Formats: sequence, C-alpha cells, structure tokens
Amino acid sequence: MEVLKSDSLPIRTSEDMVSVRTSVRKFATELRFGIVDQTKIVTAASEIARNTLDYGRGGDLRMEALSNGTKRGLRLIFTDRGPGIRDIERALTDGFTSGNGMGLGLGGTRRLMDEFEIASKVNEGTTVTITKWSR
Amino acid sequence: MEHIPILRMGSFLLITVQVDMHDRLALQLQDDLTERIVQHGSHGVLIDISALEVVDSFIGRMLGNIASMSRVLDAQTVVVGMRPAVAITLVELGMSLPGIRTALTVERGMEILRGDVENSMQELEAEEPERAADGSSEV
Ligand SMILES: Nc1ncnc2c1ncn2[C@@H]1O[C@H](COP(=O)(O)OP(=O)(O)OP(=O)(O)O)[C@@H](O)[C@H]1O
Ligand SMILES: [Mg+2]
Repeated sequence: MEVLKSDSLPIRTSEDMVSVRTSVRKFATELRFGIVDQTKIVTAASEIARNTLDYGRGGDLRMEALSNGTKRGLRLIFTDRGPGIRDIERALTDGFTSGNGMGLGLGGTRRLMDEFEIASKVNEGTTVTITKWSR
Repeated sequence: MEHIPILRMGSFLLITVQVDMHDRLALQLQDDLTERIVQHGSHGVLIDISALEVVDSFIGRMLGNIASMSRVLDAQTVVVGMRPAVAITLVELGMSLPGIRTALTVERGMEILRGDVENSMQELEAEEPERAADGSSEV
C-alpha cells in the first residue's frame, strides 16, 4: 500500500472542527469519491473529531490518501492523550453516552466507513482510525 | 459577534444556513431564534439547509433543540432542502431527526406551516364560537 499524500491538523478548538471538515472534504474530492461517500467521510470525521475535542481534551488528525494498486482510499487517524475509554464495546453501542450526546458518533461512524479501528488505554489516550475505499 | 440572519415573513421566520457553522454560531442561532419567536409572536419557523454539505449529530441535535423550543413557544418548525447525500448519511449514522418536520423546498415548507396555522385557527374557532363569530379576532 502506498501513501500518495498526507497532512496533519490540530483539533483543539471548535473552530478546528470546521477546518477538519474542510480539509477532509478536500482530500475526498481529490481522491474522486462520489458525493455520497464524500458526505459520509466528512460526517464521520466530524463525529470523531468532536469526540477528540470533547472527551479526549483535544488531539490531532492525520489524513492519508492511499492507493493499494486497484483502489484509492482515505484514511483518517485521530489521536488524543485524554482519559481513554474503559469499556470500548459499551462506547460503541448506539445510545451509550457518558456526556449529553446521543451516543451515535462511534457506532454511526463504523457504519459510514469501510474500516474502523479503535485503540485506547485508560489514562493514556485514544486513537481512532477510519478508512474508506473507492468502489 | 457573528450571527446567522433570521428573516421575518409575516407570522413566520426564515433561516437560511449558508455556512458550515462552528459550535458557537449554532448555539447563538438557538438563542436568537427563541428571542425572535417571542418578540414577533411567530407561529412558524422555516430552516433552509440546502447549502449545508454536512449535518453531523451536533447539528442534528441543534435542529431538534430548535424544534422543541419552538414548539413550547407555540411555533412549528419545518426543515427544508436537505441534500440527498446528507439524508442518506443521517440515516446510516442512526439519526432520523425525530420530531422534526421536513420538506423538499421552501415553498412546500411554507405550505405546511400555513396549513398548521389554519388548522390551529380552526381549533380556536371550534373552541370559542362567540369570539370567532364577531369577527374581531386578530390574525
Ligand atoms: N476520544 C475519546 N476519549 C475518551 N472517551 C471517548 C472518546 N471518544 C468517545 N468516548 C466515549 O465513548 C462514548 C460514546 O461516544 P459516541 O461518539 O458514540 O457518543 P457521544 O459522543 O456520547 O454522543 P454523540 O456522538 O451522539 O453526540 C462517549 O460518551 C465517551 O464516553
Ligand atoms: Mg460523539
């Protein structure tokens, strides 16, 4: 697998959320994703960036444009050094929230993307990696 | 301070969201809107989101809040112009926008709101036949 292009962005303020959506959209457009897939990717990015900001006390996003020979892909890696997630299964359950959300972000993002990975350690932080491939 | 403009059209308010709203702007809109509903005694709110390329759970929740707050203030909310890609994504995300009425166009949204106002006027007339009969009720 080849990384065609990559970029990193901070997620520290609610204004950064707007830049995340704009930059992810730009990558998705350049990779020639259709309008529905673009919308799914940007929405997923917005959900995970919001978690990074609200629960992870801020962090970073790395965007990678990929090629695996036959397909193009967009990989988004969100990292924070926040409190971590104690029970990942529970966090992924639709409707579970420890804040005042609807508990849809993680479960919904998993449905919107092709690949979804979450690695978290209590008191160390959380990394969420999501990928979408061209059809 | 930045604001999303709110237009008054008779007894309705029209909001056209044209930018990717950051959080404070979205929260400001909720405050501004409730204030205007009370100030003008508006009976309907039309929110045009045709320019929005993304509706995530934060914006979805904001639309739901606006609809609930408006209802308490006796105004109906209709969200119009949602892009097909946004609708598909919202469903997959698991957000069906419960309690929010939607319409494809502003015109259709206005029709729904007018229908609502007429219906509630009829109810009012049915409840208070004398007041309706003397023709003095204000519209
Ligand atoms: N980066 C993170 N660090 C720590 N905890 C997290 C992180 N991301 C998610 N969580 C935990 O997982 C829970 C579920 O997250 P999810 O995004 O599914 O729902 P939510 O953010 O609570 O609500 P919604 O996304 O619908 O607004 C959160 O309430 C939080 O407890
Ligand atoms: Mg969330």
